[in-house]
Amino acid sequence: MIISQLGYYSLIFGLLTSIFIFFDSSIQLKKNNSVISDKTTGLIGFQFFFVFISFISLIYSFIISDFSNETVYNNSHTTKPLFYKITGTWGNHEGSLLLWLLVLTGVLLGFIFKSKNEPTNYRLLTTLLHQIIVIGFFVFVLKTSNPFNEIFPVQTEGLGLNPILQDPALGIHPPILYLGYVGTSIIFSAALASMVSNYVNKNWAKNIKFWILFSWIFLSGGILLGSIWAYYELGWGGFWFWDPVENVSLMPWLSLTALLHCIVTLEKRELLKKWTIVLCIITFALSMVGTFLVRSGILNSVHTFANDPSRGIYILTFLLVLVLLSFVIFIIFENKNFTQKSEIFILSKETAVLINNWFILYFLSVVLIGTIYPIFLDVILDEQISVGPPFYNKLILPFLIPFVLFMSIGPSMKWIKTNFRIGVKSFLVIISTLILSFITVYYIGEKNIFVLLLFIGFFYLLLKSLSQFKDKTKNFAQIFSHTGFSLLLISILLNSFLSKEIIKNVQVGESFFLKNEKIIFKKIAIEKENNYESIIGFFEILDEKNKTINLQPEIRIYNEPEMATSEASIKTSLFKDRFITINLIKDQNFFNVRYQHKPFMIWVWISTLIIMLGGLFAIFRKNKEVNI
Amino acid sequence: MQFLEKTKKSIFSLFILVLLILSFFVFKFALEKEKIYSPKITDEQIFTDFEVKDLIEGKKINFNKVLFGKNFYLINIWSSWCEPCKDESDKLLEIKKDTSIMMIGINYKDKNKNALNFLKLYGDPFDQIFIDKQGTISINFGAYGVPETFLINDKNKVLKKYIGPLNDEDVFEIKKITNN
Repeated sequence: MIISQLGYYSLIFGLLTSIFIFFDSSIQLKKNNSVISDKTTGLIGFQFFFVFISFISLIYSFIISDFSNETVYNNSHTTKPLFYKITGTWGNHEGSLLLWLLVLTGVLLGFIFKSKNEPTNYRLLTTLLHQIIVIGFFVFVLKTSNPFNEIFPVQTEGLGLNPILQDPALGIHPPILYLGYVGTSIIFSAALASMVSNYVNKNWAKNIKFWILFSWIFLSGGILLGSIWAYYELGWGGFWFWDPVENVSLMPWLSLTALLHCIVTLEKRELLKKWTIVLCIITFALSMVGTFLVRSGILNSVHTFANDPSRGIYILTFLLVLVLLSFVIFIIFENKNFTQKSEIFILSKETAVLINNWFILYFLSVVLIGTIYPIFLDVILDEQISVGPPFYNKLILPFLIPFVLFMSIGPSMKWIKTNFRIGVKSFLVIISTLILSFITVYYIGEKNIFVLLLFIGFFYLLLKSLSQFKDKTKNFAQIFSHTGFSLLLISILLNSFLSKEIIKNVQVGESFFLKNEKIIFKKIAIEKENNYESIIGFFEILDEKNKTINLQPEIRIYNEPEMATSEASIKTSLFKDRFITINLIKDQNFFNVRYQHKPFMIWVWISTLIIMLGGLFAIFRKNKEVNI
Repeated sequence: MQFLEKTKKSIFSLFILVLLILSFFVFKFALEKEKIYSPKITDEQIFTDFEVKDLIEGKKINFNKVLFGKNFYLINIWSSWCEPCKDESDKLLEIKKDTSIMMIGINYKDKNKNALNFLKLYGDPFDQIFIDKQGTISINFGAYGVPETFLINDKNKVLKKYIGPLNDEDVFEIKKITNN
C-alpha cells in the first residue's frame, strides 16, 4: 500500500521534473551555452529515475499481490507463479503505459550520454522536443491510466491474468517490443532538432544511425517473440495472421527498415536529406498510431483491454499535435536545410536505396490501408468488413519478386557510379538459382509460373548474398541481414506450400494416419497445478522409418479467471515441426485432435534472428567500408 | 517558375494538412461510435424492430417477423469462444426436447465457421440462429454478455432473463412457465 503510494508520488515528481527540464532547456538554448550543464543531464537522469522507481513499485505491488491497487486487483492473483506476477505488470493497459514512459525517458538519457560530441544546441533542442512527448505521456498516464488507483475495501483476491498471456515468450515480448517501438521517439526528436539547428549532415547521420539500429533490432525481436507465442499458444499453427495489432508493429518496422537504408546514403553522400527526415517523422507517427489503435480499444483483439474512449481521444489529439508540430517545423526549416542538390546516377547505390525505399513504402501503404480502411468504412458508410490474408497476399506477393531482385543487385552497386560487368561468378549464381528453383518447384509439385518466379527471386537473393560473403570490400552486416531475409522468405513460402494437417475425433487407443505417419492416442492423464488443472493426452507418432516420437498436448483449465486453453505439443526438427493440439468434446469419450506438419518452422525463427544479428553487427562494425 | 514551384508546394502541404485533420475526425467518430448503441429495452417489451441475418441461410429478415405464431420464445445469446456456452448447450437441448418453445440463437461476435463447428460439436438446439457480429443486437436486448437467455411471450414481453449459463433450476422454471 505504501509502496503503491510511493509509485504514485514518484510519477508526480517525474512530471514536475520533466516540466522543469522543458523550461530549463529552453532557457539554456537562449543563452547559447557551449556545453550542456551537468544540472540538465542530472535532471534527465532524475526524470528516468522517478519513472523507474514508479515502475519498480508497481512490480513490487504485483509480487506481493497488493489488492488495494486496482491494477493489481484487475490483473493478478495470488496463485499465479512469480514469473507471471512480474510479467503481469505490463500485461495490462496501465502497466504497459508505465513501461512506455520508462522507455521514453530512458532513451533520452541514453541519447544525452551518447551524443556528447555533437553540437550543444542540437542536443538541447532534442531534449526540448522530446520533453513535449514525455510530458504528454506523463499527463496521459496520470490522468487517464493511473496504475496506482486504490480500491476500497481492499480485496482479498484478484481477478487474475488472462491465461493465454501466461507464457514465457509473451512475458518478455512487451519490454523488447517497446524498446524498439518507443525507441523511435528519440529518432523523431533528434530529426526535428537537427532540422532546426541546421545539422542534417554526415555527422548527424552517423550518430543517429545507432538509434535507428537500436530500435530496429528490438522491434524485430519483439515481433519475433510475438509470432513465436502465436505459433504455439493460439493453437492454430500459424505465426502471422495479418491481425491489425500485428500490422501495427510491422508498419514502424517497415519504415525503420527504409530509414536504415536511407540514413547510410545520407552518411556517405549527404543525399536524400529531406526524405530521411520525413521517414523519421513517419516512423514515430506510426508508433503513435499503433499505440492509439491498440490502447483505445478501436480494434478487437487480445491486446485491447478496457474500452475507455477518453483514453483514445487523448492519444489521438496528442498524436495530431505532434504530427502538426513536426509538419510546421518541416515547412519552416525546409529551405534552410535542403538547398544543395547533387546528381544521382542511375547505376549507383543511391538509386538502389531509392528503389528499396519506394518498394518498402508501397508495402507499408498496403498494410496501413488494410489496417485502417475497415475503421474508415465503418464510420463513413456504416459497413463492416474485415481485411484478411488474401488482400495482403495479392497486393504484396507479386511485388516481392522485383523487390528481391533489386535487393540482390543493390549491394553490388557502388556509391556515385557503377560500371557493370557480368563475370563468371554472377553467371554461376544465376545458373544455380534456376536449377535450385526448378528442383524446389518440382519437389513441392506446384505447376504455377508465379510460384516459380517467387522461388527464383528468393533463391537469387540467397545465393547472391552468400556469394558476397568472402568479399572483404562489402558490408558484412548488410550481407548477413539480406541472407537472413532471403531465408525467411524461402522458409515462409515452403512452409505455406508443404504444411499438412488432419483433424479427427478419436478415443484413447485409436490411431490414424497423416501421409506415412501413424498417430496413436495412448492414454490421458490429469494433473493439478497451482493455478490450473491440465488434461494431458499422450500420443505416439510412428514416422516412415518406424521411429517413435512422443507428443503430449494439454488442455489447461485455469482457475482464475476460469478459462480453458489448449497447449500445443510441438516436436521441432531441422526440416519440419510436428504440431498437435487436442480439444474436449462435451460429455463424450472422444477428443478432437488436430495434427499438423509444419515444415521449416525453425528456419522462420532462425532467419529472423539472422536478420537481427546483421543489425547488431552494423552497430559494432568499425567504419572501414572501402566501398566509396 | 519559382512562383509555380511555390504554389505546388503549398497545395501539397494543404492537402496533407486536410488529410491529417480528416483522419483525426474519422478516428474520433470511430471512438465515439460504440457509445451510440444503448439498450432500447423497456421493462415491458423487448425491442424488435431491426434487421437480422440468418447464420445458416444468410437471409436478412426483420426480427419482428421472426417472433410470430408461437406462444413462447427463448432467445439465447451465445458464442463459440464462450466456455460456459459449451456447458449450457445440454440445458438448451433439454428445453428444446421437452417444450414447444421457439428457440432463437443470437451468435455473438463470432466467426460463422467457428459457430457452425460449435453446433456440430455440442449440438444445435435452435430453430433459428442470427448473426450478431458487432454485438449490437445483444445490446438492443439489454444483454450484459454471453451467455444470456431471455424468455419472452407472444406480446414480446420479457418474462424471465437469465444472465450467465442456465442451470437445472432455470430449466425447470422455464419448463414450468411454458408448459402451463
